[in-house]
Amino acid sequence: MKRRDFTKLLLAGMALPGAGFMRDGMAYAQTPDGGLTSLLAPEPPTLMLPLNQQQPTIVAGAKIFESLLDFDFDLSPRPQLAESWDISEDGLTYTFHLVRNAKWHDGAPFTAHDVVFSCSQMLMELHPRARASFERCESIVAVDDHTVVFKLKEPFAPFIYAFETSSAPIAPRHIYEGTDYKNNPANDHPIGTGPFKYKEWVRGSHIHLVANPDYYQEGKPGLTEIFFRIVPDAASRAVALETGEAQLAGWNDVENFDVQRLAALPHLEFTTKGYEFASPLLWYELNLRKEPFNDLRVRKAMMHLLDKSFIVERIMFGLAAPATGPIASTTPFFQADLPQYEFDVDKANALLDEAGLKRGADGKRFIMRFLVVPAGEMWTRLGEYFRQAMAAGGIDVVLETTDMAGWGQRVSNWEFEATNNLVYQNADPALGVARSYVSSNIRKGVLFSNTEGYENPEVDRLFAEAAVQTTREARQERYTAVQRILVEDLPVLWMTEQRYATLYDNRLVDVIVGATGVNGNLAQARYA
Amino acid sequence: MMHALRLLLGRVTGIAFAILAIATINFVLVHSAPGDPALVIAGQSGATDAKFIEQVRADYGLDRPYLVQLGTYLGKVVQLDLGYSYRQRRAVSELILERLGPTLLLTLSAFVLSLVGGVLFGALAGRRHGSWSDLTISMMALLFYATPVFWLGLMLVLVFSIQLEWLPAFGYSNMRSGTFGTFDQAVDVARHLVLPAVTLSAIYMAVYTRLMRSSLIEVQHEDHVRTARAKGLTEAAILRHHMLRNAAVPVITFAGLQAGALIGGAVVVETVFAWPGLGRLTFEAVTARDYPVLLGLFLVTSILVIAVNLLTDLLHRLIDPRVVTR
Repeated sequence: MKRRDFTKLLLAGMALPGAGFMRDGMAYAQTPDGGLTSLLAPEPPTLMLPLNQQQPTIVAGAKIFESLLDFDFDLSPRPQLAESWDISEDGLTYTFHLVRNAKWHDGAPFTAHDVVFSCSQMLMELHPRARASFERCESIVAVDDHTVVFKLKEPFAPFIYAFETSSAPIAPRHIYEGTDYKNNPANDHPIGTGPFKYKEWVRGSHIHLVANPDYYQEGKPGLTEIFFRIVPDAASRAVALETGEAQLAGWNDVENFDVQRLAALPHLEFTTKGYEFASPLLWYELNLRKEPFNDLRVRKAMMHLLDKSFIVERIMFGLAAPATGPIASTTPFFQADLPQYEFDVDKANALLDEAGLKRGADGKRFIMRFLVVPAGEMWTRLGEYFRQAMAAGGIDVVLETTDMAGWGQRVSNWEFEATNNLVYQNADPALGVARSYVSSNIRKGVLFSNTEGYENPEVDRLFAEAAVQTTREARQERYTAVQRILVEDLPVLWMTEQRYATLYDNRLVDVIVGATGVNGNLAQARYA
Repeated sequence: MMHALRLLLGRVTGIAFAILAIATINFVLVHSAPGDPALVIAGQSGATDAKFIEQVRADYGLDRPYLVQLGTYLGKVVQLDLGYSYRQRRAVSELILERLGPTLLLTLSAFVLSLVGGVLFGALAGRRHGSWSDLTISMMALLFYATPVFWLGLMLVLVFSIQLEWLPAFGYSNMRSGTFGTFDQAVDVARHLVLPAVTLSAIYMAVYTRLMRSSLIEVQHEDHVRTARAKGLTEAAILRHHMLRNAAVPVITFAGLQAGALIGGAVVVETVFAWPGLGRLTFEAVTARDYPVLLGLFLVTSILVIAVNLLTDLLHRLIDPRVVTR
């Protein structure tokens, strides 16, 4: 290359950023023609929802796979692959009448045999939550091509919630039966019944889904395609929303402190609806096997030292509500009038004195270790706030840090003094609440079990009875009783009901239409 | 000839042993960290199910004795098999290969940019030692040296993507670039490359600038430069033929040593700019405690660093003939 040519090339290169044909970076980046770009982080390991149920897998996979039901904001079931259903009086038999015109993405018809195969074989092997539900079945039978009957061994009131997409994604029998599910080649090109079909996955960059023209609900989906843009950095995700490169973000895509700024932008709409199914509850967890946390007076004192409204306003930036007990206000059987532990440092100090934990010459009563959850800014601040709040009671908190694997190992093996935890309620106390308090779930090595080590036979009995009652009143009675006991016993220090921000382009309508929000199938979403 | 062959053979054998030693050390280090990948997978799946955790452990051989796992791993490395990702359920070599291209593009661009920029600015500053341009360049170099990489990246995005709207904020290419022609695809990637490459190169450019400057100041007082001047050569010729080449030797040596750090820096830059390279794969593998991917990445990175050092040695010989005769 001659020097003159090289100079020309150099000048062209320098002019490139401002070149007219590519000048409009924003318009160039947007998804045209009724399509949507949604943010996704981290990159899911697979889109094969029956195989993996991590959050990003659900967000993307639930557009491809479906289950029998969908749920409204008040958690009442709505048709999806089942157009109607009956539950017998004794609560033992669930009969689902399936849609007749649904097809798999490869054109094969969807039938009751797919449901039987998924629920009695594939998910039983692969899906821990589905296994917990379908183990309760005496039989799962296809009466005909469009009717499937689940017969339970004993009544289990929340069984209906087992048919939410991420809880029981239905897989095609004709592709998976008799194969090694985990290594089936179809896992790379997932085939579901959902409103969007798999098109392409450029690892590290994006996942491309296109509208399913044969979708069984007429006029849907309303979008032509969905790109899931994988952006690992929260600041970059905020930029993507700001510049219009992405039109949808949910869960933790945007840091809490950035939500208000983005929500105020004229082209973005903001909602906290769509997380009712999960209804996550956040708490400070103490290891009750260790002193002095096994002393109720100490736990009560710690509760009085913690200011929930400070956490809501300064750490969650308004994206939370104070928790009042073990059941979130968005979960059925929530009891509103439970006694509360108001923020009161004097009362806390009196309780600590009463517990015999006198202040030393340095003003400290005891030293404890707090294991910070290594999942981002919010968790670090929760740890720092805990240290600050406890100092007012003379409790010296040493913060410990680790990575997620280390945190999981230490908490599940009970090698901690205090930490934070966040647990999904999964639409019913029998599914997402009882597991944290019943003694049968004190299982070493298992996360999200009763890791604090709380035991109370009365609580065990009430949770067990409530799960099998067939009337709402009978269940409420037991859950009310158990909530009162737990609030008195303080097995954990409940802090907040988490709210997540969903931000989307305000030209879009019907994006968040039910209790699973961005985890839903987005069949209704469209441009106005 | 025989001597050179023996030398090469010795070098290759040394490298092979070094790679095996690196693989063993990596394995021991990664597995010594507290934490169980099975629990991470179970936790992220919301699984309160001991059976599931056992299943994950059995699936990935995590339930086998430590030494058996190490032996199996080394055996596979010898056969160039890097194993299977816990999280992504795909061959590690496949995962690394598809990310290698973007990382090489980014790091090489940043390497060239920093080296060329560093030598140019350093020469300019060193040549006019004590002048305003020297002061400005030195101050800028100090500033960029002290600027955190992620912060610089975000500021560049703020200016060039949000305010001026000139360049894309992140990503490797437009998601529709598959429908573009070859030229447009190349332009598209180039536009996406500008900000991450500049971000990654800034700190190294600052280092090379300072190094080149001080090296040139030192060289210009040496005897051979004085002799060249006495011979009546022009200042430009002296600079080109007698100063730059000598002053560049420490810069090239240092640049070779920095290759590993450059790949390390790519972890941050690739995360900020959603660049689908090895750095991001490392970040994701660390978060998920995906041992096979981490070990594969460490091994490939080590080999890359060894290769760059070899290349630096060669370049050294090219620039400094004394190395060959020594």
